[in-house]
Amino acid sequence: MGMYDKPLFRLLGDRGLLVEYGDVIDPLINDRVRRLGLALEKTPPRGLTEYVGTYCSMIIIYDPGLTSVTMLKQAVRELEENLHAMEAPEPAVIRIPVCYGGEYGPDMGYVAEYNSLGTDEVIRLHSEPLYRIYMLGFTPGYPYLGGLPEQLHTPRLPTPRTLVPAGSVGIANAQTGIYSIASPGGWRLIGRTPVKLFSARRERPILLQTGDFLKFYPISPSEFRDMAQKEEG
Amino acid sequence: MEIFRVLKPGPQTQIQDLGRYGYLQYGVPPCGVLDQYSSRVANLLAGNSGNEALLEITFQGPRLEVLGRAILAITGADMEVTLNGDACPLWASFPVKPGDILNIGQAKRGLRAYLAVTGGIDVPLIMGSRSTYSAAGFGGYQGRALATGDILACGEGAEGKAGISCPAEFIPPLTSETVLRAIPGPQDYMFEEGLANFFGSTYEVTPYSNRMGYRLEGLAITLGSGRPQSIISEPSLPGGVQVPADGKPIILLLEQTTGGYAKIATVISTDICRVAQARPGDRIIFARISLEEAHVLFLEREARLQKLAGQLRKIA
Repeated sequence: MGMYDKPLFRLLGDRGLLVEYGDVIDPLINDRVRRLGLALEKTPPRGLTEYVGTYCSMIIIYDPGLTSVTMLKQAVRELEENLHAMEAPEPAVIRIPVCYGGEYGPDMGYVAEYNSLGTDEVIRLHSEPLYRIYMLGFTPGYPYLGGLPEQLHTPRLPTPRTLVPAGSVGIANAQTGIYSIASPGGWRLIGRTPVKLFSARRERPILLQTGDFLKFYPISPSEFRDMAQKEEG
Repeated sequence: MEIFRVLKPGPQTQIQDLGRYGYLQYGVPPCGVLDQYSSRVANLLAGNSGNEALLEITFQGPRLEVLGRAILAITGADMEVTLNGDACPLWASFPVKPGDILNIGQAKRGLRAYLAVTGGIDVPLIMGSRSTYSAAGFGGYQGRALATGDILACGEGAEGKAGISCPAEFIPPLTSETVLRAIPGPQDYMFEEGLANFFGSTYEVTPYSNRMGYRLEGLAITLGSGRPQSIISEPSLPGGVQVPADGKPIILLLEQTTGGYAKIATVISTDICRVAQARPGDRIIFARISLEEAHVLFLEREARLQKLAGQLRKIA
């Protein structure tokens, strides 16, 4: 269990190769994934179609007409040798404003009561940490975050809501996250951000990036409305 | 140029091209046509290069009023197609003019048909593709399946020719029993005897099957002893076969981004078009194949399409 000495290669059909660095959620493992991603971006091997960093592994999608798994493994091993020496840019910290509680966070009362905390303590505990963005997925631009304080761990809703508004900030057991688009969902909602994590027609459709950090900060309902208006404009 | 007014949309008629690539790292799945072979042939017959946007029609076709002069071609599932009430051939190009009524009926065999028009269906490129991603509400026609009253346009400048037929040897058979070739992994090591059971039994396609995935009914696959029910969530690729807690396999397709269940095997890319044509009640058998064999099949498929494109150019 933990980080492997050497990455394991696994097949994902005839178009994909998985490079696995470990089998637990760990910032050090995720950092190796991030570094390989930066190296692949800088020196893409021939036949690379796209790549996706995950919690513990890198998925490499390739064109079998242009390369082979043997060649890709060789390319990854060569990139690996230089990973430690590689100057990786410092991860960015993206600050996300959240209007906690009230109409934007209908489950705030439940989360506070479940954990025997006051609402203000829930807000303080939730907006204090730097959350690592381990992976994006599920819906466009949705971040899988690590680092939710244990005092806030709360089970999901017994029955998911049929529609959760985009920007809703929720908790599900040890995870916290932001709904990037309106979708059904069972997370306990404690607030909402006016910031759009995904907008198909924006020059950069996706706001967040795997390997960066996210920090929440509380805003008032009137600040929420002002910011939401600017996002629309 | 305006080409169609939708009189009846059919239950699930969407604009797709070959897909949206480079955004999986941001949680955006490829989307695109499920049956790439049939859709590429439809485009070739219509005088296109192959990646133009077209209509993916599932189970029941639309009724369309033609608004412009164009060349069309329909491939894929066996649906009854009429133009102003007269039967229209499949796997062949034919001309239409303003005022014509094109009616596409129910699939008799297969499930998905492709309607290509010379110049391609013209909708905005979003993140490099015209494919509809209906779950996120973008791409294609306003991010959704077609509805009554929608007006579609097509690209101009391309030249098609009527009366071009696809030679019979390039038309894949449609059967109620489908063999899907699959490579074990990425989590095949979690399954012990489950792997042999998976490759040794027959599954049935359930009605809970769509562009996200196909749920199958049949022998439940068990994990090896001491293996956890789920894995750390990871992105899934089209063709991945995940085994949830009830042991009934799900073939993940083009609108799935991440999953937390172990994947026993991955259907090869060449055979995704067979999944696209399998309908609820059809039988599925998974056949184990090596990576090397899969790559040979991939290259053969590409060569075949090249050969067809060459032959069609000669006729045209």
